[in-house]
Amino acid sequence: MATPKFKTLYDPVFNNNPIMLQVLGICSALAVTTSMKTTVTMCIAVVVVLMGANIVVSAIRRFIPGSIRMIVQMVVIASLVIVVDQFLKAFAYQISKELTVFVSLIITNCIVMGRTEAFAIKNNVIDSALDGLGNGLGYSVVLLVVGTVRELFGMGTLFGVKILLPVTEAGGWYYPNGLLVQPAGAFFVVGFLIWVVRIFRPELQESE
Amino acid sequence: MFLDALAMFIECLTTKNLALGYFLGMCTFLVLSKRVDTAFGLGIAVVIVQAITVPVNYLLYHYLLREGAFAWTGIEVLAGLDLSFIALITYIGVIAAIVQILEMILDKFFPPLYNALGIFLPLITVNCAILGGSLFMEMDARQGNYTFLKSVEYGVFSGLGWSVAIVLLAGIREKLRYAHIPNGLKGIGITFITVGLLAMCFMCFSGIQLH
Repeated sequence: MATPKFKTLYDPVFNNNPIMLQVLGICSALAVTTSMKTTVTMCIAVVVVLMGANIVVSAIRRFIPGSIRMIVQMVVIASLVIVVDQFLKAFAYQISKELTVFVSLIITNCIVMGRTEAFAIKNNVIDSALDGLGNGLGYSVVLLVVGTVRELFGMGTLFGVKILLPVTEAGGWYYPNGLLVQPAGAFFVVGFLIWVVRIFRPELQESE
Repeated sequence: MFLDALAMFIECLTTKNLALGYFLGMCTFLVLSKRVDTAFGLGIAVVIVQAITVPVNYLLYHYLLREGAFAWTGIEVLAGLDLSFIALITYIGVIAAIVQILEMILDKFFPPLYNALGIFLPLITVNCAILGGSLFMEMDARQGNYTFLKSVEYGVFSGLGWSVAIVLLAGIREKLRYAHIPNGLKGIGITFITVGLLAMCFMCFSGIQLH
């Protein structure tokens, strides 16, 4: 694989992570991370939509008039999200119920629109696909970390399997921290995650 | 009737707050909450747009999109139609169109308001709080027993909830400028933690029940 291609894929995961560094697409990152099941489903949905939207927009980029490109992108993204939404409803009904409106809200996720607008509209299909995949993975990495922390310490489980035995059971010792499953917990976890990242990457620190 | 409205008002402001309870519209919420006056302008714009789009989307859902919605036409072939799968694309189109129209109307008839809200209106099209409001409305409408009046109430109150949250956060952030914050937390990091504390306060209201 040629190096620039690899960089397109690798960069958004570590060096230019959409959530941690650009603070895009936060809504769903906070909302769906209460349990790992919903987190993983959401990650897959976002990767599919991001890649799909990037590929489609990049394939038709020469035929989109500049003045209506936003609307075209919106329609492409919305159609893809509807497909994903219907697919989830058909094959993973329970999880799609738990995710409620957040699958539909991928439409307004700034990462998707941001990538089609900033990258796919002026690059070829293969690069755009890699860029979509990379950004999707970057998004997923953060979501998985937040999801793990919230489910493990909030409920003592991972993917619904008991890891830390709760005090309510025989031999249990862990008292689940309910705050982490609450909305407030999500903000704290992401806030501290940003802090940790910025301790190791001081050049990212803001001076306000 | 009045109690129902009051209950919805309290819910939308506190436990079901779009920003603090459901994390909607976070991008704008975090970026544009540095100053109270900006936050206030954006808040008003959100209330106005939400108050219009939610009822309009409700009417579309009720009379065109839901299963059996075409029963009012009296045509048998249409009566079994279920168009709810295109609800998503309809809502986003309606929101974009309404924001555009609102911008033109304000520009023509209320220039001072247009100048104040001008920059915020286009941003609102991609604000997930607006789309989220319509989607939550649809979720409630699916349960049945939903009226047009309810959708108007929900639109206004949920918009208000979001606005109150962003104005509060902006107030706190203006004061935070004088605080000593660890370097790594400066900017977006401390904002997250502030919002978390705010969310905690808002969730304390979860015991209130008026029914």
